[in-house]
Amino acid sequence: MIASASIPSQPMPIGSGISDRLSKKASRHVKERIIEGLLFSAAAFSVFVTIAIVYVLVKESWVFFQTVPLSDFLFDTQWTPLFDDAHYGIMVLLSGTLTSSGVALLVAIPLGTIIAIYLSEFAGFKVREIAKPFLELLGGVPTIVYGYFALTFLTPILQKIYPDLPGFNLLSAGLVMGIMIIPYVASLSEDAMRAVPMSLREGSYAMGATRLQTALWVVTPAATSGIASAYILGISRAVGETMILAVAAGMQPNLTFDPTEPGATITSYIVQVALGDLPHGSIGYQTIFAAGLTLLLMTLFFNLLGYWLRKRFREVY
Amino acid sequence: MLKPADLDAIRAIIARAKRWDLFFSLLGILSLMVGVLTFTVLFVDMAIQGVPRLSFDFFTSFPSRRAENAGILSAWVGTILVMLVTALSAVPLGVAAGVYLEEYAPKNWMTDIIEINISNLAGIPSIVYGLLALGLFVYYFGFGQSILSAGLTLALLILPVIIVATREAIRAIPQSIHEGSYACGATTWQTVSDHILPYSSAGILTGVIIGMARAIGETAPIITIGALTFIAFLPTAPFAGDPPAGLFDWIFAPFTVMPIQMFNWTSRPEAAFTVNAAAAGFVLVFMTLAMNGLAIYVRYRLRKNIKW
Repeated sequence: MIASASIPSQPMPIGSGISDRLSKKASRHVKERIIEGLLFSAAAFSVFVTIAIVYVLVKESWVFFQTVPLSDFLFDTQWTPLFDDAHYGIMVLLSGTLTSSGVALLVAIPLGTIIAIYLSEFAGFKVREIAKPFLELLGGVPTIVYGYFALTFLTPILQKIYPDLPGFNLLSAGLVMGIMIIPYVASLSEDAMRAVPMSLREGSYAMGATRLQTALWVVTPAATSGIASAYILGISRAVGETMILAVAAGMQPNLTFDPTEPGATITSYIVQVALGDLPHGSIGYQTIFAAGLTLLLMTLFFNLLGYWLRKRFREVY
Repeated sequence: MLKPADLDAIRAIIARAKRWDLFFSLLGILSLMVGVLTFTVLFVDMAIQGVPRLSFDFFTSFPSRRAENAGILSAWVGTILVMLVTALSAVPLGVAAGVYLEEYAPKNWMTDIIEINISNLAGIPSIVYGLLALGLFVYYFGFGQSILSAGLTLALLILPVIIVATREAIRAIPQSIHEGSYACGATTWQTVSDHILPYSSAGILTGVIIGMARAIGETAPIITIGALTFIAFLPTAPFAGDPPAGLFDWIFAPFTVMPIQMFNWTSRPEAAFTVNAAAAGFVLVFMTLAMNGLAIYVRYRLRKNIKW
C-alpha cells in the first residue's frame, strides 16, 4: 500500500512514467472500491441480522397462529401449552414479566437516579473515578450468578422476614434484577446530566442555590430526555432478563401480580421449553417463537419510545 | 434595611437548605453502598461456599452424577472454544462495520437505517438471539447444537458492542490526523489502515474485551439453542483419534460452557451440587472480573498515554 503510493525518487522518462503512474492509480481505485464494498457489507450485515430475527420469529409464530387463534393467545387466562388440555394465554406469562420488572424498577430507578445525581453533582473527581468502574463491574456480573445469589442468599433472608414466602418467588428475583439494572440507569442518567452545560449550574449557584437545589431544579429538568431514555433502557433490560428469573422465580405459569408468589415470565418459559426435549416443528416448539415475538415487540416498543423521547425532548444548547 | 428577625429567618432557610444538601450526599453514598455491598456480599458468599471446592481435580474432571467427583473440565474447554469462534467472527465484522460507518458512510437514508438498526440490535434481549440461532443455525443451516452455533450466536449478540466501541475509538482521533494523511495523497483505505486503525486499536481492544466478558457469562441464548448440560467428553482435537479428525471437526462437536454448567448445578436440589455451583460461579465471576478489569486498565493507560 505504501509502495504503490510512494513517489519515485528518480526522475522518470516522460511518457512511460506517466502512463505507469496512471495505471497504478486505476488499480488503486479498484482496490479502494473493493475494500469499501467489503466494509459496507459488514455494516449492512447488521440489518440482515434484524431481518433474520423478524423472519424466524414471524415464520414460526405464523404456523402457531394457524392453530391457535389470536384472541385465545391474548385473552385466555391459562398457559398450559404442554398439557393435553392446552391453553395459550400469554397474559399469564406477561403478568410474571410485568410483576418482576415492576419490582426491579422500584429498586433500580430510585437508586440509579440518586447515584447518577450524586456522581454528577456531588461527588469529587476521586469518588467518581472509583465508583464508575465499580458500577461497570456490577453490570458485568453474569446474570446466572445473580440468579444463584437470589436463590441461595436473598430468598432465605427474605423468608426470615416473611416466613410464608415460597422458595421460588418473583420478589427476590425482581430485587436482584433491580440491583443488576442500577448500573445501566445510573451511568446513562449521569451521562445525560453531565451533558448539561456548566453555565446553567453557574447561573443557579449565582442565585444562591445549593447543590441539591441546582441538581433537582436545574440539572435534572434539563437532562429529562436522557434520564427518561435511561429509564426506558432499564425497563427493556428488565423485560428481557432471563436467567435470574429462570433460576429464582420458579418457572410455574401463574396469573398473578403478587411478587411473593412464584411465577413464569416470557423469557423463563422459553428457557424451560428449551431445557426439555420438544421435537422440532411441534406446537410446543412454536409457542416459544410466539412468546419470543411478543417479547421482541415489547422491547421494540420501548426502544422506539426511548428514541422518540430523546428526539422530542432534547434540549438544544 | 433588614431587621434582625429577617436575618434570622434567612439564616434558618440557608441552614435548612444546607441540611438537605448534606442529607442528599449521605443518601447518595448510601445508594452507592447498596450496589457495592451487594457485589461484595455476592462475591464473598460465593467464595466462602465455593473456594474450598476448588482443587486441581475440579478443573480436570468431567461433570458427574456424584457431586464430589464432578468438575468443570468440559465446561471451561467449551467456553474457550466457543469464545474462539465468537471472537474470530465478531471482531472482524464489528471493526469493519465501525470503520465503514465512521470513515466511509455517506450521509443518506441507508446509513441512517444501519445506525438506527445497530442501536436497536443492542436493545434486543439475548434470549431472542437464542431463538434466531435455534431457527437459523441449528435447523436451517443444520449446524446442530454445536460449538459453531453457540459461537456464532454470541458473535451476533456482541456485534453491536464492538461496533459502538470501534466508532467511539475512531471518533476520539482528531480530524487533523485524517487531514494530514489525505494531504499526503493517501487513499481512504491507506488512511484507515496506516493511521486510524493503529491509533484506535487500544480503544477497540477495550470494547472487544468488554464484549467477550459479556459473552462468557451469557447463558440464555445457549440454553435456547438446546445445548446439552451433561457432557462428559471433550471435542476431538485436530488430527487426533482414528480415523484422524479434521482441523475443524471440533466446531461441530456438542459442548457445554461454564454458565450452563453452573445453571445445571444450581437447579439441582442437593446441597452438594449447590457447592459445585458456587465454585463454578466463583470461577466465572473471576473470569469476567479479570476481563473487565483488563478493559478498565487498558482504557486508563490509553487515557494517560495519548495526548493529541
